[in-house]
Amino acid sequence: MSAPATEQFLSRDIRLGHVTKDIVAPTERMPSIAWWIAFLTASGMVGIGVVVIYILLTRGQGIFGLSHPYGWAFDITNFVFWIGIGHAGTLISAILFLLRQKWRTAINRSAEAMTIFAVMTAGIFPLLHTGRQWVAYWLVPLPNDRLLWVNFRSPLLWDVFAVSTYFTISLLFWYTGLVPDFATMRDKAKNFLRKKIYGALSLGWTGSMRDWNHYEKAYLLFAGMSTALVLSVHTVVSYDFATSIIPGWHTTIFPPYFVAGAIFSGFAMVVTLLVFMRKAFSLEHYITIRHLELMNKIILLTGMLVGYAYLTEFFIAWYSENPFERYVFMNRLTGPFSWAFYIMFFCNVAVPQVFWFKKMRTSIPIMFVISILVNIGMWFERFNIIVSSLHRDFLPTNWDNFSPTIYDFGWTIGAFGLFLTLFLLFVRVFPTVSIAEIKHSLPKPADTSKEGTHA
Amino acid sequence: MRKVPAIIGVYSDPDIMMEAADGARKKGWKNLDAYVPYPLHGLDKALGLKSSWVPWVTLVMGLTGASLGFTLEYWVHVINWPLNIGGKPLNSWPAFIPIVFESGVLIGGISTFVAMWAACKLPNKAPVIHDERFTDDKFGLVIPLDGVVPADAEAYLKASGAEEVKHV
Repeated sequence: MSAPATEQFLSRDIRLGHVTKDIVAPTERMPSIAWWIAFLTASGMVGIGVVVIYILLTRGQGIFGLSHPYGWAFDITNFVFWIGIGHAGTLISAILFLLRQKWRTAINRSAEAMTIFAVMTAGIFPLLHTGRQWVAYWLVPLPNDRLLWVNFRSPLLWDVFAVSTYFTISLLFWYTGLVPDFATMRDKAKNFLRKKIYGALSLGWTGSMRDWNHYEKAYLLFAGMSTALVLSVHTVVSYDFATSIIPGWHTTIFPPYFVAGAIFSGFAMVVTLLVFMRKAFSLEHYITIRHLELMNKIILLTGMLVGYAYLTEFFIAWYSENPFERYVFMNRLTGPFSWAFYIMFFCNVAVPQVFWFKKMRTSIPIMFVISILVNIGMWFERFNIIVSSLHRDFLPTNWDNFSPTIYDFGWTIGAFGLFLTLFLLFVRVFPTVSIAEIKHSLPKPADTSKEGTHA
Repeated sequence: MRKVPAIIGVYSDPDIMMEAADGARKKGWKNLDAYVPYPLHGLDKALGLKSSWVPWVTLVMGLTGASLGFTLEYWVHVINWPLNIGGKPLNSWPAFIPIVFESGVLIGGISTFVAMWAACKLPNKAPVIHDERFTDDKFGLVIPLDGVVPADAEAYLKASGAEEVKHV
């Protein structure tokens, strides 16, 4: 990078033609050994998940460590965790778009892909957790011969609507963004089959300004709708808890606290994966250290927001004078699951403070380790909310300690495998950086006389 | 418009093409278009394009979706299957809001998607691709030849800085 201006993310030496070539290149060559190792590992993990699901469907819910009074544990922890992971993608693609943050163009495509895959992964858990999975369609308000309707007043039903809307709109938004890039790939393709496939995916896009005119408006509208969804989806997920009367769940802080936590964990996942992706596909000129640094700043900010929420919960428990509420929070600090609380607090509140230092924010190994720790911390946050609130309820005769079975671990591993498998396939066949959008945000070449030499 | 023979000027610099488009519009040439690898801000005005009608679809369908959501909830809980729960009102509208919102966004979003592709007349099985570089790094200004003398258009494009001129 020569003479970087303060707001410059991309080098002035990058020309339009370079963008096309560099971003399409990874999909044109054979996968590397490292990719195969990663892919086989990830699909092996999916295999574990499939085995668990088979056993679940044939033997029933009893294979998990669930019992009274903790009817929810790993399943809902995983559900909330994965829905949360998706939020960074939507935030980057929608809110940063509306705020005209041009740096988002380098990372929005891959982050949106993570949204789609994370929501797909998340959806498995509540569906299988229903117990009688073959009647899962009862979740949808369909006319039926039972003459029954779903309860529209129930937050669990709001969740069905929120998650399915979120998935649908994210998918349409993502695909819309991909269409001009598919057209670029079609026009660049030499191979007949490749031309046909990307041609079909591109819907016949030609880049006519008359089409772009409609496209840009629709894109803006999608950004607006997705912005509303970023804020609403995890809010609705938090209602699953907040509208119940369980101490530790019944609090009004949950919606903003869940949204902040979702963005926090989502950004951590984006950093984890992009650190590898930019290296493996030589995209360092597009996804620069400055992009990663900005994401780390968001991790620092949202980390402190969740930290503030944790402390507020304790304060309110004390302030409420409600003995049950107070007990739940004392139990989090000193009870049998206090280790989960301390892991969560350490990973989510203490660890990100390292990002106050620029040296740390811009160091790849440091940010990788921190992003992994944040992901662990956020998984335990949900575990902590769910299990530590449930396992000791109002009557001490009901108390019990949750202990997960190998099946609980099995499908958790399967979920990570599914997410990674889908992501690995995505980086092989789709443009991982938005070609059209990054061309848009490219700085003017310093020397225009060289322009066009690589047509 | 695409059936009319046209002449295309190929440019490398978006700013030069934008000026050429602006000049062509001022000459009174109609139905101008451009092929660009990414949307250029201001090009819609330079070509004399009208604002897209897609947002109206979003507005109308979004409101329709929200109303349908509320209607379904009201019909289920007040008319078809009223359940008295602790004497609470049947039309408990605050509890209906999340689904009103979600169904508005869902139907509004799907309609926007459909309307946008309809507006672009896509999907198109056999798109006419005049130059494969227009999705890469070249910018093409299209002047349809209805009422325009081809030689005039060609001379204009060359004078405005086009690197190549193509008849299509």
